[in-house]
Amino acid sequence: MSKYRGNPEAVRSLVRDLEVHKDVYVDPEVFDLEMEHLFANTWVYVGHASQVPNKGDYYTTTIGRESVVMVRHTDGSIKVLYNRCPHKGVKVAGGTCGNTGKFFRCPYHAWTFKTDGSLLSIPLKKGYENTGFEGCEGKNGMAVVPEVREYREFVFCKLNPGGISFEDFFGESLSTIDNMIDRSPEGRLEVAGGVLRYMHNCNWKMLVDNQTDTCHPMVAHESSAGTAVKVWNEAPEGTPKPMAVELFAPFMSPYEFFEGMGIRIWENGHGHTGVADSIHAAYSPVPGYWDQLVAAYGEERASKILGDTRHNTVYFPNIMIKGPIQTLRLFKPIAVDKTLVESWTFRLVGAPDMLLERTLMYNRLINAPTSVVGHDDLEMYERAQEGLKSRGMEWTNVARLFDPAEKDQKNVTTNGTNEWQMRNQFRAWARFMTESM
Amino acid sequence: MTTEITQKDLIDFVYAEARMLDEQRFEDWLSLFTEDGYYWMPLAPGQDDPKLHTSLLYEDKLLLKIRVERLTGQRTFSQQPMSRSHHLLQLPTVESADPAAGVYTVRAAFHYVETRLDQQALYAGWSTHTLVEQDGQLKIRLKRVDLVNCDAAFGNIQLFM
Repeated sequence: MSKYRGNPEAVRSLVRDLEVHKDVYVDPEVFDLEMEHLFANTWVYVGHASQVPNKGDYYTTTIGRESVVMVRHTDGSIKVLYNRCPHKGVKVAGGTCGNTGKFFRCPYHAWTFKTDGSLLSIPLKKGYENTGFEGCEGKNGMAVVPEVREYREFVFCKLNPGGISFEDFFGESLSTIDNMIDRSPEGRLEVAGGVLRYMHNCNWKMLVDNQTDTCHPMVAHESSAGTAVKVWNEAPEGTPKPMAVELFAPFMSPYEFFEGMGIRIWENGHGHTGVADSIHAAYSPVPGYWDQLVAAYGEERASKILGDTRHNTVYFPNIMIKGPIQTLRLFKPIAVDKTLVESWTFRLVGAPDMLLERTLMYNRLINAPTSVVGHDDLEMYERAQEGLKSRGMEWTNVARLFDPAEKDQKNVTTNGTNEWQMRNQFRAWARFMTESM
Repeated sequence: MTTEITQKDLIDFVYAEARMLDEQRFEDWLSLFTEDGYYWMPLAPGQDDPKLHTSLLYEDKLLLKIRVERLTGQRTFSQQPMSRSHHLLQLPTVESADPAAGVYTVRAAFHYVETRLDQQALYAGWSTHTLVEQDGQLKIRLKRVDLVNCDAAFGNIQLFM
């Protein structure tokens, strides 16, 4: 018997003001419902337009559990199609990316489809005449994801038609994407440097929760960032501070630093740490970059762009963006206890290579399966995934700095160690989980 | 007073280095690197740029030292209990030798096992050592580790291949 399926009240009761039920992380039925409802009712990140610059370029990925292909159509627009042949269900687009020309051709029986999904041809088509084929689901070709929005080259989609609009869903939160793009003197980003793929044996939401969890770095990362600071302190005086130390050291900032840096809460589960300050604020200037920005934007605006050093921005449900370090992390749910973390990086088009070099160093030091910081975190997630199976307690806790008045507020800034953003995520979770039940 | 480096010296060096790692003699292992030495695990097959394309690892001696110190830290919970490793090397081959410059490259195909608690993972690939002669001793200027599936999604890789 289903505990949660068809029972929106039971799903809603998993989220309390101060607590979240363990089933949210460990129950396979809740996971299935997330894939069916949460990932269909929200605007989910697909990819970046620079991954498909030319007509016929495609990139395959998943939205929740759905295999999709993002493709540059012959009219120049970007389409998102379910990657499934209407004939026998074969994934039509193979591999991760490529160019398919003017049409997709299924490798099994050579059914072909235009890059908007519509059926182009079937071999021996006569065999379908007078069979009633035109009444079949597959007559139109590959299924199209109806709601696709490209925001300054960031492509999002929503699997369920209707519901919340793109603008209402994201509201003011798009300012983080704006800031990352504005950091390019040409106002343009390109996916660059390869993607790090890191398999986690834990629920995807543990990673999302962690992004605005500012009470863990100085504890969980004492082993990595703390050791980095210690080893660096042994270097002879006058040794220039290496880039790696500059990237590691701020993780060891004290609680007061994280309290002071602040968290901004938007609606629908979006929010970011690092309002007044952040661990990315004190990086060394890159020669030539400032002059490029001043030439592009003028001194005042350039200063404003670089002064906005947001730490982690969560776009609910499953991405995090770091504007100052040009990184996008995608938390892909695979099973209730399995998540693929993809860490993507961007080149600021027109900016010095040194910025990309720093971004890539950050990415491999922090987000790689070989990263010591990653090891610290994954150990905690995997312990939590095991620990939460305990029948000793039912709830996890998100009470830190709770204020009953917070519930109707949005676009506000609060203490950087507040768990408000996690509560914000779970309120959004309960809403979009049950919206289509 | 230079002694001639033989093919056997080069091969023995690579075997001894792998053994050091499996015996967890990490401080000794670090001392095998030159001061400007690097350990590199590319992320893409045939990758030739360690800086403008990301890697699994591209670490200088400072970063390697941090990594080694961390392994035994009191609050390094991902290493409690510690991982263990096992290298199985094919006979290394000397790919190039320049005795005048004191620079040699040696390639070895390997299977590598890393294990912790009840998990065991198998990796396969090739290591390429760029070895240099310093004060009559061989040192590692670059150890490059190419995994056959370098672009796959991995769980934690916590030790050294």
